[in-house]
Amino acid sequence: MILIKLFLTFLKIGAFTFGGGYAMIAMIQYEAERHGWLTQAELVDFVALSESTPGPLAVNMATFVGIRTGGVLGAVIATLGIVLPSFIIILIIAKCFEKFKDSKAVKGVMSGLKPAVVGMIGTAFLSVGRTVFFPNGFKLSYSSDVSFWLFLCLFAVSAVLAFRKLNPIKIILVAAVVGVGAGYGLGL
Amino acid sequence: MNKNLDLFLTFMKIGAFTFGGGYAMIPLIQREVCTNKKWLDEKEISDIVAISESTPGPIAINAATFVGYRTNGFIGACVATLGVVLPSFLIISLISFILNEFKSFKAVQYAFMGIRVAVLALILKALWMMFKSAKKKVISYVIMGAAFILTAFLKIDAVFVIIGCGLFGLIWSLLNRKEQSHDTD
Repeated sequence: MILIKLFLTFLKIGAFTFGGGYAMIAMIQYEAERHGWLTQAELVDFVALSESTPGPLAVNMATFVGIRTGGVLGAVIATLGIVLPSFIIILIIAKCFEKFKDSKAVKGVMSGLKPAVVGMIGTAFLSVGRTVFFPNGFKLSYSSDVSFWLFLCLFAVSAVLAFRKLNPIKIILVAAVVGVGAGYGLGL
Repeated sequence: MNKNLDLFLTFMKIGAFTFGGGYAMIPLIQREVCTNKKWLDEKEISDIVAISESTPGPIAINAATFVGYRTNGFIGACVATLGVVLPSFLIISLISFILNEFKSFKAVQYAFMGIRVAVLALILKALWMMFKSAKKKVISYVIMGAAFILTAFLKIDAVFVIIGCGLFGLIWSLLNRKEQSHDTD
């Protein structure tokens, strides 16, 4: 039953995503691959669109995957799934707020979680990188491909812009224009 | 104005006008919730940020639920959370529909070829920011490497990696309690 699967999957993602939207990419990818919901390229497209639209990345991604796999009802279910764990946990914490804030145990758990999130974003970087630059597996012939080098330059420029804190939406727009230009210019 | 309606509309506005999610939302939440509505004070907002860091889920949802609950109990939490989610939901549904109509266009496919490269750059930046904010200790780097290898190459479900690393951090901090008490960071 696709709706139950969607709900439980996003409930799980909502309950275990720490450190913002990007940490979630590896998790969504794992699930989407396992259930055959999305291709890797579609997932990356959704990240871009989620980043260019208002609202939390996680909610946007859940709505996207939900609507794609289970229609409007799927979107409702997936969004509900991703929101519910946060909602319940915060309700509990709101009552015993001070205790939680200074808890040694929470600090201990976080000292393990924070670096784990870094590793997981590393995984997202690797797999998205593979999709972008080596969609058909790693081949040396790519190095003689003009589009490969063009996109590598685009990556370098986007990275510099991102580190200079340019608004992500602007970076995405620039990259879209370069993509259209390269597509028609090189006749891909 | 009705308190619930006020909460709903305020968080709908926050949901509709904050791009980039996460910490990009904090200043707007702060302005609406502290300066304009005076539902919480500045200190409570920084507490919410701290709590959101150590609880799962999007920070905007955490903030909405917390402010809603503090302002008007359980119903307040519900309407504020619904408010912050609704704009995303509607906009993404619309975009998904549009994308379906246009994805066969060559120009759209080319645009996404470029966009995917930009996403890779954004992920690299997120990676760097998180790396910088992690503690500069050997054990941190070991966990980073282990989490990376487990999820990237051994294809272990990230949920287990999160649970494992959390437990490891807890046990490690209990074993090193003495040193920890001198560590103010």
